[in-house]
Amino acid sequence: MQSFFVIAILVLGFVVMFQIAKASEYVGILRGEEKSRKQSNRVNAFLLLVFLILGLIGVYYCNEQLKDKILGPSASDHGILVDRMLYITLALTGVVFFATQIALFWFSFKYQESDKRKAFYYPHNNKLELIWTVIPAITLTILVGFGIFYWFKITGDAPKNAMVVEVTGKQFGWEFRYPGNDGVLGKKYYKNIDAAKNNPVGQIWDDEANKDDIFVEQEMHVVVNKPVKLVIGAKDVIHDVGLAHFRMKMDAVPGTPTTMWFTPLYTTKQMQDKYGKDFAYEISCDQMCGKGHWSMRGVIVVDTQEEFDAWIAGKKPQYYVAFPDKDPSAPKADSLAKPAPVVASLTTDK
Amino acid sequence: MSEAMHTTSAVSAAHGEHHDEHHGHHKETFITKYIFSQDHKTIAKQFLITGIVWAFIGGLFSVLFRLQLGYPDTKFPILETLFGHWAAGGQITPEFYYALVTMHGTVLVFFVLTAGLSGTFANLLIPLQIGARDMASPFLNMLSYWFFFGASIVMLSSLFIQTGPAAGGWTIYPPLSALGEASIGSKAGMDMWLIGMALFIVSSLLGGLNYISTILNMRTKGMSMTRLPLPIWAMFFTAVLGVLSFPVLLSGAILLLFDRNLGTSFFLSDIVVNGQVLPNEGGSAILFQHLFWFLGHPEVYIILLPAMGMVSEILSVNSRKPIFGYMAMLGSMFAICILAFLVWAHHMFVTGLNPFLGSVFVLLTLLIAVPSAIKVFNWLTTLWRGNIRFTPAALFSIGFVSLFISGGLTGIFLGNSTIDIHLHDTMFVVAHFHIVMGVASFFGMFAGVYHWYPKMFGRYLNNTLGYIHFWVTMIGAYLIFWPMHYEGLAGMPRRYLDKRGWVSFSQFGDLDKMITVVTVIVFAVQLLFIFNFFYSIFKGRKVTTQNPWGANTLEWTTPIRPGHGNWAGEIPEVHRWPYDYAKDGRDFIPQTEPVGANESAH
Repeated sequence: MQSFFVIAILVLGFVVMFQIAKASEYVGILRGEEKSRKQSNRVNAFLLLVFLILGLIGVYYCNEQLKDKILGPSASDHGILVDRMLYITLALTGVVFFATQIALFWFSFKYQESDKRKAFYYPHNNKLELIWTVIPAITLTILVGFGIFYWFKITGDAPKNAMVVEVTGKQFGWEFRYPGNDGVLGKKYYKNIDAAKNNPVGQIWDDEANKDDIFVEQEMHVVVNKPVKLVIGAKDVIHDVGLAHFRMKMDAVPGTPTTMWFTPLYTTKQMQDKYGKDFAYEISCDQMCGKGHWSMRGVIVVDTQEEFDAWIAGKKPQYYVAFPDKDPSAPKADSLAKPAPVVASLTTDK
Repeated sequence: MSEAMHTTSAVSAAHGEHHDEHHGHHKETFITKYIFSQDHKTIAKQFLITGIVWAFIGGLFSVLFRLQLGYPDTKFPILETLFGHWAAGGQITPEFYYALVTMHGTVLVFFVLTAGLSGTFANLLIPLQIGARDMASPFLNMLSYWFFFGASIVMLSSLFIQTGPAAGGWTIYPPLSALGEASIGSKAGMDMWLIGMALFIVSSLLGGLNYISTILNMRTKGMSMTRLPLPIWAMFFTAVLGVLSFPVLLSGAILLLFDRNLGTSFFLSDIVVNGQVLPNEGGSAILFQHLFWFLGHPEVYIILLPAMGMVSEILSVNSRKPIFGYMAMLGSMFAICILAFLVWAHHMFVTGLNPFLGSVFVLLTLLIAVPSAIKVFNWLTTLWRGNIRFTPAALFSIGFVSLFISGGLTGIFLGNSTIDIHLHDTMFVVAHFHIVMGVASFFGMFAGVYHWYPKMFGRYLNNTLGYIHFWVTMIGAYLIFWPMHYEGLAGMPRRYLDKRGWVSFSQFGDLDKMITVVTVIVFAVQLLFIFNFFYSIFKGRKVTTQNPWGANTLEWTTPIRPGHGNWAGEIPEVHRWPYDYAKDGRDFIPQTEPVGANESAH
C-alpha cells in the first residue's frame, strides 16, 4: 500500500511538472521567445552563482560532519607516510579545486549574455598555454617525487628482525600460520589441503620446518613496535588483506604469493582506551570474492611482547593437531585412537 | 556516330541514377528506413534509443542496491513480489546484490556510455560535420548497430536465467568469474556475459574502423584536419583507442571462456574451492587483470573523450566565442590518447606488482593530469569574456567541466601508489570514477542530446524540463558522490552491502540513507528526461530555422530535416576553421563562408 502511494505521488509530481513545463513553453511563445529566453538566461546565471556559494558552504559543512568519522591517526609506521602523502596531495589539489571551480562558476555568472557586451575574440595565446602546461607539470613532479619516495620505503624489503606470519584468504574467512621456533614457514602444496586431515593450508609434513608451525583462524596476534611481514595467499579466489587502521592493503592471489610489512605502533588495549571497548583492528576483504565478501572479517590483536609470548605458548603446532600420537606433551592413550589414517597420509603426502 | 551518342546518353543516365541514390530518392520501405537502415542519422538514433533503454535498466539497478545500502534493516515486500527468492522476505540477498552491481557497471560502462554515447554522436556528427553524405561503409555501420543489438539481447537474457547474471563485479576477475563453484553468478550467466561482450566488441570494432576511415577519407573540399570541429577529433581518438584496445579484452574474454569450459589453465592455479582440489596449475590470475585493464583504462577515455569534444563545441557556440587553444585541445587529446595505453597497471598497485614497475605507472598516470589540466584551463578561458547563453546543453557542459575537475583531482590521489594502498577498492574509488567517468560523461551526453536534438528530430526538447533535469541532476550528483569520499577515507571497502557487523565502517548509516534518498530523486528526474525525449519527438516545438544556435559547423547547413545524403545539392565547401565567433564584430561566421579580403587572420 505504501509503495502504491509513493508511486502515485511520483506520477502526480510528473504530471504537474510536465504541465508547468508545457505552460511555460506557451507563455514563452506568447511573450516573445527572445524575451523569455533572456529571462531564463538571467535566472540560470544567478542559479550558477548560488550553486557555487552553497556548494562551497556544503563542502565545509560536509567536512565538519564527517571529518571525525574517518579513522584517526594511522596505527602503523607506513600508514604515517601514507597519511602524509594524502595531506600533501590534498593541499595541492585543494588549491586547484577552489581556484578552478570558483573561476568556472564566476565566469559563467559574470559573462552571462548581455546586450551591452560583445564576446571577446580570443582564439589562442601560446604564452598562457605554456604557463598552464609547465605549472601542473612541476606540481605533479613534486607529487610523483614524494609518492615514489614513500612507495619505495613502504614496499622495500622487510627488516631482518621482522616476525613473519602467513595469511591465507578463503571464502569467507582468514587463516594464519606462524613459523614457530625455527622462524621458517614450512613448505606447502595446495593439493595437500584437506580440512578432514587437519591440514587446512596444505603443509608438506616431510618438511622439518613444518613441524613447529602454528595455525590459527580469524584472529591474528602481532607485537607492538615490532615489524611484521605478512606472506599472503588465497585458496580459492582473489581476496585482499585490507588493514584500514594501518593504511595497508595487499591482494591475496591463489597461486601467486604476495607480501607486505609494517610496524604496528599501538596495542589493541591502547586503542580501546582511546576509542572505546569495541575497538578492533579489523581485516577487511577488499577484493570482490563472492556472496560473503561483505562479511569477510578478521581481527588483528596488537600485543605487547609478553602478552604475545603468553598467547603463542598456549598454541599447539599444527603437526601435532594432525598427528596427535607424535605430540610429546599428549598422553599416549590419545595416539592410539586413530593410527591408521595417519600412516596413510604420511606416505601419500609429498 | 549515333552509336557514340547512344553510349554517352547511357553513361549520363547511369550517372543520373548514381546521383539520385545520393540524394535518397530511391524507394524506402519502413524496414529499410527505420530498422535495417544504412543512414548514419537513423543508426545514431537507434544507438541513442537503445542506450536510453539500457540506461533506464542500469539506473534502476542502482536504485535497488542503494535501497539495500541505505536501509539494510528495512524490508520492502514489493521487492519480493517482483524478484521472488532473489529478494526473499523483502530484502535483497547477497547474490542478488552482487548481480545488480555487476550488471549496473557492465551496462553503464559498455552499453550506455560506450555504445550509447560514442555510437550515437560519432554516427550523427561525423558525416554531418565533415561534410559527407554518409559513413565510408554504411553497411558495416548498420552491422555495427545490429551486433550491438545482438549483444544487448544476450546480456538482457542473462538477467532471466535461473542462476542469474554475472555477479563477480564488472571487472570479472578470475578465478571468481571462472569457477561456477565459487559463485552462483559464475555459472551460465558468466558465459552469457562473455558472449555478449564478444558481440559488443565486434560491434565496437566495426563502428570504430568506419569512423576512422570516414574521418580520414571523406572530408569535404577545404575541410583539412585542422579545420575539423573538436567533436570529430574526439571521436577520431576514441575510435583509435577502441580499435587498439578492445581486441585485447576480446582475447581475455575468449581465454576465460576456455578456462571455464575447456579445462585450460590460463588464469587458474593452485585452487581449492569448497574443499574440492582443482587440477589447474601454472596459470596466472593477474594475467587476466593485465588483459582487462589494457582495455579497461583506455575505456574510460573512450567514454570521456567524446564528451570532452562535444562540450568544447557546445561551450564555444554558447559563449559566442572561439574555443580557446584549438591546437592545445588537439594536442592534449592526442597526449591523453597515447598515455591512456601506458597507465593500465595503476589499477593493480596492490596485486603484488613489482614496486619498481608500480613507480613507473605512478609517473605515467600523474602525467595524464597535465593534458587534463590544459583542457580545463582552456574551457575556463573559453567562458572568460564570452556572452554566454545558458541553454540546457550549455548548462550540462558547464556541469561537465565542474565534475571533471572534481573527479579528475581525486584521480591524483588514486594514481599515486602510496595513497592508493589505503584507498584502493574503497568507496573513494567509487566516488572518484562515478564523478569523473560516470556522471561527467553522462553530462557530456546530455549536453549533446539537448544541443543536437533539433538536428536529429527537427524539434526542440522542452526547455523548462531541461532546466529541472539539469539542476536536480547536478545537485544530486554532488550530494551522492561528494560525501562518499569520506567513507573511502575511512577505508570502507566497496561492494559491502551491510556494514553493521564492522567496528570500523558502521559509522556512516545516516549518510548512506541520505545518499539513497537522493539517488531515488535523481533517478526520477532522469525518467522525466526520458519522457521529455520521447514526447518531444512527436510533440516538441518545431524547429523553424536552419541554424537555431547560430553555429558555424556544417550540420547546420543541411535542411531542417535532412534526408539520406544530408545535403540536397552539392556538399558545401569549407573555407575556415569552425570557431570564428565574435570575429571582426560579427556574431558568427559559418565554415562555408570564404575568407574576406580584409579579414584578420586568426
